[in-house]
Amino acid sequence: MQEEIFISGRHLPKIDPFLEIWHWQISTYLFLGGLSAGILFFAALFYLLGKENDMKATIKTATIIAPLALIIGLGTLFIDLSHKLYFWRLYTTVRITSPMSWGAWVLLLITPLSILWVLSYSTEIFPSLNLKFSWLKNFQSFLIKNRKLMAIALIPLSIILGVYTGILLSAFNARPLWNNAILGPLFLTSGLSTGAASILLFSKSHFERKIMSKIDLALIFIELFLITHMLMGMYAGSQVQLEAMQILVSGDYTVMFFVFVIILGLLIPAVLELTELIGFKVPIIIPSLLVLMGGLIFRIVMINAGQLTRYLY
Amino acid sequence: MTTSRRTFIKISALGLGGVAASTSVLKVFGANTFMGDFVQKKTAKRLKRTATYCEVCFWKCAEWAYSNDNGEIIKLIGNDIDPHCNGRLCPRGTGGVGMLNDEDRLKTPLIRTTVNGEQTYREATWQEALDLIASKMKTVKEKYGAESFALFKHGSPGSHLEHLFKAYGSDTIAEPAYAQCRGPRETGFALTFGAWIGSPEPTDIRDTKCLVLIGSHIGENMHNSQVQEMSDAIDNGATIITVDPRLSTAASKSKHWLAIKPGTDIALLLAWMNVIINENLYNKDYIEKYTFGFDKLKEHVKEFTPEWAYGITTIKPEEIRKTARIMANAAPAVIVHPGRHVVWYGDDSQRERAIAILNGLLGSWGKRGGFYLNESVSLPKFPHPDYPKPKWGWEALGRKYPYAEMGITSELIKASIPNKENEFPIKAWIVAGTNLINTVPQREEIIKAIDSLEFIAVIDTMPMEITGYADVILPECTYLERYDGIRSATFREPSIALRQPIVQPKYNSKPAWWISKELGMRLNLQDYYNYNDYEEVIKWQLEKLGTSLEEMIQVGVKKFDRQTPLYIADGDEYKFDTPSGKIEFYSDDLASKGFDPMPIYKLHPEPPQGYFRLNYGRSPMHTFSRTINNPYLNALKSENKLWVNPKIANIIGIKNEQEVWLENQDGILSTFSIKVRVTERIGWDSVYMYHGFGHNDKKLSRAYGKGISDTQMISNVAVDPLMGGTGLRGNFVKILTEDPHKN
Amino acid sequence: MRYAMVIDTLKCVGCSDCVVACQTENNVPIGYCRDWITETVDGSYPKVDIELKSERCNHCNNAPCVRCCPTGASHIVEGGIVLVTADECIGCGACIESCPYDARYQHPDGYVDKCTFCHHRIEKGELPACVSVCPTKCMCFGDLDDPNSQVSNLLKERKYKVLAPEAGTSPNIYYLIK
Repeated sequence: MQEEIFISGRHLPKIDPFLEIWHWQISTYLFLGGLSAGILFFAALFYLLGKENDMKATIKTATIIAPLALIIGLGTLFIDLSHKLYFWRLYTTVRITSPMSWGAWVLLLITPLSILWVLSYSTEIFPSLNLKFSWLKNFQSFLIKNRKLMAIALIPLSIILGVYTGILLSAFNARPLWNNAILGPLFLTSGLSTGAASILLFSKSHFERKIMSKIDLALIFIELFLITHMLMGMYAGSQVQLEAMQILVSGDYTVMFFVFVIILGLLIPAVLELTELIGFKVPIIIPSLLVLMGGLIFRIVMINAGQLTRYLY
Repeated sequence: MTTSRRTFIKISALGLGGVAASTSVLKVFGANTFMGDFVQKKTAKRLKRTATYCEVCFWKCAEWAYSNDNGEIIKLIGNDIDPHCNGRLCPRGTGGVGMLNDEDRLKTPLIRTTVNGEQTYREATWQEALDLIASKMKTVKEKYGAESFALFKHGSPGSHLEHLFKAYGSDTIAEPAYAQCRGPRETGFALTFGAWIGSPEPTDIRDTKCLVLIGSHIGENMHNSQVQEMSDAIDNGATIITVDPRLSTAASKSKHWLAIKPGTDIALLLAWMNVIINENLYNKDYIEKYTFGFDKLKEHVKEFTPEWAYGITTIKPEEIRKTARIMANAAPAVIVHPGRHVVWYGDDSQRERAIAILNGLLGSWGKRGGFYLNESVSLPKFPHPDYPKPKWGWEALGRKYPYAEMGITSELIKASIPNKENEFPIKAWIVAGTNLINTVPQREEIIKAIDSLEFIAVIDTMPMEITGYADVILPECTYLERYDGIRSATFREPSIALRQPIVQPKYNSKPAWWISKELGMRLNLQDYYNYNDYEEVIKWQLEKLGTSLEEMIQVGVKKFDRQTPLYIADGDEYKFDTPSGKIEFYSDDLASKGFDPMPIYKLHPEPPQGYFRLNYGRSPMHTFSRTINNPYLNALKSENKLWVNPKIANIIGIKNEQEVWLENQDGILSTFSIKVRVTERIGWDSVYMYHGFGHNDKKLSRAYGKGISDTQMISNVAVDPLMGGTGLRGNFVKILTEDPHKN
Repeated sequence: MRYAMVIDTLKCVGCSDCVVACQTENNVPIGYCRDWITETVDGSYPKVDIELKSERCNHCNNAPCVRCCPTGASHIVEGGIVLVTADECIGCGACIESCPYDARYQHPDGYVDKCTFCHHRIEKGELPACVSVCPTKCMCFGDLDDPNSQVSNLLKERKYKVLAPEAGTSPNIYYLIK
């Protein structure tokens, strides 16, 4: 029998017996970040494709979620900091090697940009809204003139934001579950998919729904492919990666991962969206909410399970 | 099966559990680390160091206390010139400041009182408490004689109280450190070499070529300089042979670990003698010159062949031969270590004699790398009138045991239980610095004694279990807050060390010397306390020794030149303090008193079906039961675990970290539960736990209810007929998976 | 200059003096630690081996904690010592997640804390507290760039290992195993 124990010293809060440094705040933040990235990406993309009138939810109404989600996400991120008074230190330096630093700067750019985007459509989103001040009206018309520029900026920023939520984790060599290059594209795909799902909730046009459903369906398949790829990569990996895989496949998180993420969060919405595309009537709210729930639980699983995995020596 | 840090994964709840935990926002905003660091750095520069010596264990290492401008002790560092520690304290010494800062300390004198029919303690002034104790001492003296007032003691406070008791007319004094610990080895070695082992042991481990440990777990017992020297010996390529049913830390450092069947050590020792004599490996000149009874010994061990021992000890004959030859090759630079806590099976003096005889055969006594001849400075006695001669005392109570040379705690306890045939009844106790409840076996007996006593006063720094039985509790200040006697111990070179107050006593606590003196004054013993402050005694003694308090404050430790040689040179005449003047392989004295003149192996009881022998030992981070509540040391180890072999765990269906209870052969149930440690470090017939845990006094906030007290589970005692030692290793426990206290 | 610690597992008895000494030297709050002891037991009774080790921050050459720190609070100073500046730390926890040795913790005051190799003592020419108190003298501290230092010599003469080499951090704490 082999035994490995701490003789003394180690009962560090939030570290022993296993890491619990990051909690729901980070999972929520990653989910909301991905979601906003998806929404803003589609808004900018279809705006540039000139679909402003056909894709109203995508470009206009749904985008209101983005700044809200980003602000809530930043809020949860802030709650998670344990030395909060010094948060401004993030913006006195740029650390190229630190995904966290990248994230901080991207958020600093994309959050105001998303607010400006919503502001530029505010009168269309809320027809009853009456801008009281003339300078605000002037500012809005200035924004409307520069929508194209905003859209051009939003495309790369939203992709960086989406990828960053994954790279934040995959940069941690010490946590074998996180440490694989698929996590960036996987989180981006998942983010885009949750973005598409939220747009679907807002969309009233059949045309727009059909496009977004098709996109979402494609994203779900890509996501499934990437998840399979990730698990296969771990399966082919070292002992620590195998153990990481086991947590998802035959461990504490198997139920959460397979039932809530794979089946309820990906497969069933895919079937439902497919059914609808074929022509049967399915209330769009069901697959959309399932996708959103799947996206959130996926991040909770990855954050919590990842902190259980470690190198052994 | 695998247990590791990883298996915690399996016991973790489903991942959403993290939702509940988050950082306290207020706390984070409230802190200003920059200022904190700044202040710390500023003060760190101005640490003042003061010399003292440690009292966390009996090794008494000299140290420097570093304190800041606010007079707070920041750290304790060993004194470089002290041979006890060589500048390196052990974890307990380093964490000694936790003793001072423990907020659970006894803070003020307490007197037992009855409020609305319920017994409780009330806070009292020193005046009241001391008056009460003094009046009880007077009453007992008038009614029964001073002899009926007994003192149980340990460590430095004990010596101050001992002075009081002797002046008062009582010699009814005992300390568990004798009959519950090292007594048998002093008897065994005194009978053989005419000399006690004493403390620190004169083992020349630093220069040895072969160190043999019989159940001794150096490294888990942090007898500081010995641990250091064992490490040096490893560096020097010395062979370590460890005899232990458990893979102790020392066993894991040994070239040869003999996983002996518990209780059979004498058989192994006899077989080693057999090999050494049969193969002519003994030191002929040494034996010729210094020993007595070799031929009788040769005849005696003839039949004890390794093959014979194999059947008893389970150690293979070739292993016994190989290790015997290694010892002989290394001789005389070989140490068969006498151990320290040696009260095991009731024939412990005889086992220690076997160890002593083996050392004699190897010629290691008085030799480099074996046992050096220790020497200490004798401290001049501060003048006082002669003590009155008591009519009876510890000697009378231990008269059944002809070789007892100190008070036997368990006999004093017995004499405290009313019994018409008892000519020497004890009626009252003072207990100073020893927690009898977690130190002495047979708890029921102690409680019975306590129930019948007229009065008990307890002097301690912490609310140990024993304080809960006291009529008066006196809070002693810790060693960092007081003067104590000068340390003069045996070592290669004699040295003395100073203890002085580093900080003012916290709360309303007082040093033991002051308590002793105040009681003495109330008993009209002024002549025995011809000083106002103990500092005067120390000053006087230091001046007599040719130094001064001023010098000692500067250096902390002072070494003296030896007056006698460190080793016996080859061929030198040397007279041993035994009846024959030689090393006695055969003891006429033992024979004349009806004991075995040479050790023989006797079978000891085996655990019955379903029970396991309870073994126990030291954790390196703790000193017995007294340090468990120390905040630093408690953070290192807060509970003990029950070591169980994986195969046994499998059979009885228990898992690592599972909570279990114990029931011993006499039906005694453990008060608390203990977590299981499934480990290959222990065999199939015994379980093991660290000693000192399982405190049941709630006032010890960190130690209360953590683990099981091994002492509680020891109700069967095998008494050593030579010196009254209480053999504690013959207790067997059953593992219970259900809480026996439910309903 | 490259500071390193060489720890002899054949001599360590796991007494944890290093842990307490670090706590009193560095004012580490009770319940927290910058160093700790692990025990590994291998084999089957009575053929069993134990390895005892004092562990702490490995002051890696390729330190993931320094790389992932978003503010530069975690940094490397002369001699390769990895330090954390409390006033630059935001407590994001990234460095804790990044350390394969779990050598960092959140101080109750919020910032991240860890072993400094007793940088304040080294500056004065003293040894780290843990090394200076160890009763078995199983720990050795020195400069690996100096070929004649005791640490360099030990690594030349003895068989050693580092912890989690597969994590690729190039640690500077070496364990003598033979």
